[in-house]
Amino acid sequence: MSSDVLDKRELNTPETGGPKSKIEVNDFNFFYGTFQALYDLTLPIYERHITALIGPSGCGKSTFLRALNRMNDTVIGARAEGEVLLNGQDIYAPNVDVTDLRQRVGMVFQRPNPFPQSIYDNVAFGPRVLGRPKARDLAEIVESSLADAALWDEVKDRLDASALTLNPGQQQRLCIARTLAVRPEVILMDEPCSALDPVATLHVEDLMRRLSAQYTIVIVTHNMQQAARASDYTGFFWLGKLVEYRRTPELFATPKEALTEAYISGRQG
Amino acid sequence: MTRQQTNRLAKIAISLVAALVVLPTVFVILYVVYNGIGVISWEFLFTAPRSGMREGGIWPALLGTVFLTFGTAIAAFPLAIATAIYLAEYAGDNRLTRWVRLAIVNLAGIPSIVYGLFGLGAFVLFLNLGTSIVAGSLTLGLMTLPVVISTAEEALLAVPQEFRTVSLSLGATRWQTIRHQVLPHALPGIITGIILGLGRAAGETAPILFTVAAFYLPELPRSIFDQTMALPYHLYVISTQVPGMPLSLQYGTALVLLLVVLSLTLVATVLRTRMRRRRQW
Repeated sequence: MSSDVLDKRELNTPETGGPKSKIEVNDFNFFYGTFQALYDLTLPIYERHITALIGPSGCGKSTFLRALNRMNDTVIGARAEGEVLLNGQDIYAPNVDVTDLRQRVGMVFQRPNPFPQSIYDNVAFGPRVLGRPKARDLAEIVESSLADAALWDEVKDRLDASALTLNPGQQQRLCIARTLAVRPEVILMDEPCSALDPVATLHVEDLMRRLSAQYTIVIVTHNMQQAARASDYTGFFWLGKLVEYRRTPELFATPKEALTEAYISGRQG
Repeated sequence: MTRQQTNRLAKIAISLVAALVVLPTVFVILYVVYNGIGVISWEFLFTAPRSGMREGGIWPALLGTVFLTFGTAIAAFPLAIATAIYLAEYAGDNRLTRWVRLAIVNLAGIPSIVYGLFGLGAFVLFLNLGTSIVAGSLTLGLMTLPVVISTAEEALLAVPQEFRTVSLSLGATRWQTIRHQVLPHALPGIITGIILGLGRAAGETAPILFTVAAFYLPELPRSIFDQTMALPYHLYVISTQVPGMPLSLQYGTALVLLLVVLSLTLVATVLRTRMRRRRQW
């Protein structure tokens, strides 16, 4: 499977003049206790592009996403084998500081989940715990993060209001701003629009597109239209394996694997 | 009788029996209030006992109980919080966790007089603290630990897991996550637990019997290494050890003790209700 999956020519790698990879995953396996959730994954994640991971529930795409910033570490019995290289450094190496890793690889979750605090404090939390800034710098970080998340104009007059007074779409953009505030290099998004209405969803997709100029984005989605619309590369997961991984237009137009075709045409899954 | 009639009858009968539970509580409170309210006065509350305790007030005992309640809070708080945080946030399935849980269950089951004897041996004699407010507070603190730890642990576990996940995903350390995103939300619940524990401690006689309580000591304590009178022990003494004691003084003392304990419980209840209403998740 692997040579078909990673057809270098179709992926447009640096050798063929394509983008350079930010993350290299090599022979990666993941276990919850005795259950193997991911099998022999090998794939690059390209810098400043959007990579979508699709597949049916329980196929391992969220597990894979959470493996990229080691959020699975908190699950008892979770175990990883193989390498995940971020800028060439294995994030599973013993000397890695996970708090540092998570600052560099941020995450946006499925349900908008702001802290029950003010809008300002939500965005400021990350920079504060990372021990950075003075008040004035902090205010600048908060403003620029909210602006980058396309929320500043809507909230600039009520930064002290509770984040829970925002509507779900705004809350999700606040969560994105909160992630941006720690200046990550990679942003992982775990079905970020599944709790949003179609208008808010398009808002977030626009935002992702703009953010991909600066950030490497990996998004897990159940929504195939979303993957087709909003991503540059798409990986199709099935029972813990990566079945096919190609440029998004090609994967959707001419899938190579029968499983992929069955899934994206709605006959399987 | 049809099934439906039996059904209705069962409901009525069960409700009536349940209502019976309320009766003893109401009866005890009313009985004590009725018999004790007559002696409650400024003088009764704020002067020392006189004439071998057959006259005068309860001030040294009342103040002693207040001191002991504060002392208990100070003694129990750090241990209980640390233990609850360990259990709720760090505990893995390991030997330490099993020991801690076993210890808590056992602490909860120890009769209060055994705490009193332990306090005498450990704090009064071995640590050489003497019969003192410190020794009594430590003994009472130890006794309240199980209640406080379990309510604090519950309060911590009630904080949504999501807050922790998000905080960690932003690069916060475990401790920063606990300190900034878990403890603030759990604090009202933890405080409720402490106050409930104190309510129990304030009313206990056995643990203070050998560790702090004075039989008759009209002067107020001058330091935490002094003995003090305390309401529950004073009540015991004037009810059983002093011949010719006026009944009204006994009931008056019982009423004040009851009010102290009930007001602590009331504060805890109000706090919990307010916290539930304010909770935003």
